[in-house]
Amino acid sequence: MDGFVSVLQFIGNEFLNVPAYLIGIIVAVGLIALKKNAGQVVGGALKAALGFLILGAGANVVTSSLTPLGDLVLAVTGAQGVVPTNEVITAQAAGEFGATSAYILSLGFLLMLVLARFSPLKYVFLTGHHMVFMSMLLAVVLSVGFGQGFLTVLVGAVLLAVMMVAMPAFAHPWTKRVTGNDTVAIGHFSSLGYIAAGAAGQAVGKRSRSTEEINVPKGLSFLRDSMVATALSMVLIYLVFTVWGLIKLGADAYPFLEADTAGSFVMAGVMQALMFGVGVAIILYGVRTFLGELIPAFQGIASKVVPGAKAGLDIPIVFPYAQNAVLVGFISSFIGGLIALVVLATWLNPVFGLALILPGMVPHFFTGGGAGVYGNATGGRRGAIVGGFINGLLITFLPAILMQVMGGLGLGNSTFGDADFGWFGTLVGLSAQSGSTIVGILLSVVLALVVFGLACAWQVKVVNKGWMPGADRQKWLDAEQAQAKARSEEERVARRDARRAAKTAD
Amino acid sequence: MKIVAVCGMGIGTSVILKMNIEKVLERFDVDAQVEAADISTARGAAQTADLVLTSAELAPQLGEVPADVVVVDNFVDEQEIEDKLVDALDL
Repeated sequence: MDGFVSVLQFIGNEFLNVPAYLIGIIVAVGLIALKKNAGQVVGGALKAALGFLILGAGANVVTSSLTPLGDLVLAVTGAQGVVPTNEVITAQAAGEFGATSAYILSLGFLLMLVLARFSPLKYVFLTGHHMVFMSMLLAVVLSVGFGQGFLTVLVGAVLLAVMMVAMPAFAHPWTKRVTGNDTVAIGHFSSLGYIAAGAAGQAVGKRSRSTEEINVPKGLSFLRDSMVATALSMVLIYLVFTVWGLIKLGADAYPFLEADTAGSFVMAGVMQALMFGVGVAIILYGVRTFLGELIPAFQGIASKVVPGAKAGLDIPIVFPYAQNAVLVGFISSFIGGLIALVVLATWLNPVFGLALILPGMVPHFFTGGGAGVYGNATGGRRGAIVGGFINGLLITFLPAILMQVMGGLGLGNSTFGDADFGWFGTLVGLSAQSGSTIVGILLSVVLALVVFGLACAWQVKVVNKGWMPGADRQKWLDAEQAQAKARSEEERVARRDARRAAKTAD
Repeated sequence: MKIVAVCGMGIGTSVILKMNIEKVLERFDVDAQVEAADISTARGAAQTADLVLTSAELAPQLGEVPADVVVVDNFVDEQEIEDKLVDALDL
């Protein structure tokens, strides 16, 4: 009997508690369920496990480049400076919370299938990295209240499942306006930003023309390359703070980067910034490696359990519908982020002690670009500008608030960036950390029920009824188009008549 | 045969594209290794690949690569992917 118990203990401690093995096992189970052959199962599981270990290696590189920056920002501003990057915070948290989040991920995915099968919310969320980020966020904020264990996994899985079917539903009327059809949904946890952009676009851009009629210089498209964008934004951030450090502290700033002259101090900062880019590239490689195995396994199962459900996909899927709006939205989101940073530094930090959220180019590009597309769909150019700007404010203020409920992990100089992580994480954190476990569970369940209930009502009363935002503007656009067509037709007739008149005159 | 599916980050839409390519190839009984890549590393991956599939915005950024580059408008439209693969690979 003792032998049996110790075998179970060995499995529990040495396998099921090690995130990398756990991910490998989940992938293996998924592939077995899809009746893949033994070679594919072993290969897939091993690659998934290796991918997770690569994540950890990248986290070390990123952390060692962020630590001096954090110290430097604290020394010159007196406040904690944070670069929100989902990949980084997830990789940093994976060591401590990896196993819990892997359980939340797999149980949450199964629950999502049940919800999609039996509720009006027929969405299958397939944006794998966002599933991973959300389960990590839930593991972190719930563990502060409930500790790591069965309770956190169960509550986390319910909350994750609800979010995965609810957010695509909430965004869907706007998504349909963007794509012009009803084939895909958006499964991306920055939906609040896209909905806000769509609503704002409708308010400000009733008679604004589409961004797609402007000629935008192609010179900015290099920012689509995440390696370039990440490195560039970190070099700028490091340059600002090293120069600021030199002005404020003089030679006393040198030890932060182990430098001995002003020149080597600044250049050491540039090197740290590039190393951050290196770390993020390693993390992305790890994420890609294990998602490449996990998502096909998940998707294969989903298509069997909930046939015909709409796939919730990553935000770049809407980028082709309005490429100029992506750049417009990105730029105005970035400006929104900078203005929000000033507000944090001059008011919210001194009064409420919120951290300074430095603008990262990657979140601003992807979520700001998405907000630009949504804003453009309902409000043209003005919609894209205002939508991107609001998104920029959201993804700066919300992470600052979220930091308050992340416990000790808030000290890693990074946090989750996208809008839904901010509002949902904060609400979950406040529920779970309300003091008593019973109240915490109750509040979490109420939160899940409210989000789920609202989403069901929205789906039945709004989405299924075919409501689409910005119908007035669409009518105006259609009328404009009809007018333009009529005008060109008139001109054609006039030209023809003129030709005929000239002919008869001969 | 090696096929590369490319998107901006190499973790979201390219994985979806990769799965759809695999589904189509399975129907035609073609044995190929399909890889998801981000635009940063795609140029390297494309050096040894036979075929690259990506979106219209990213295709120009690949620059000159030895592999054939096919533009896919809708990453979830299996029919479109099938048509383009049939054209590109002479299936």
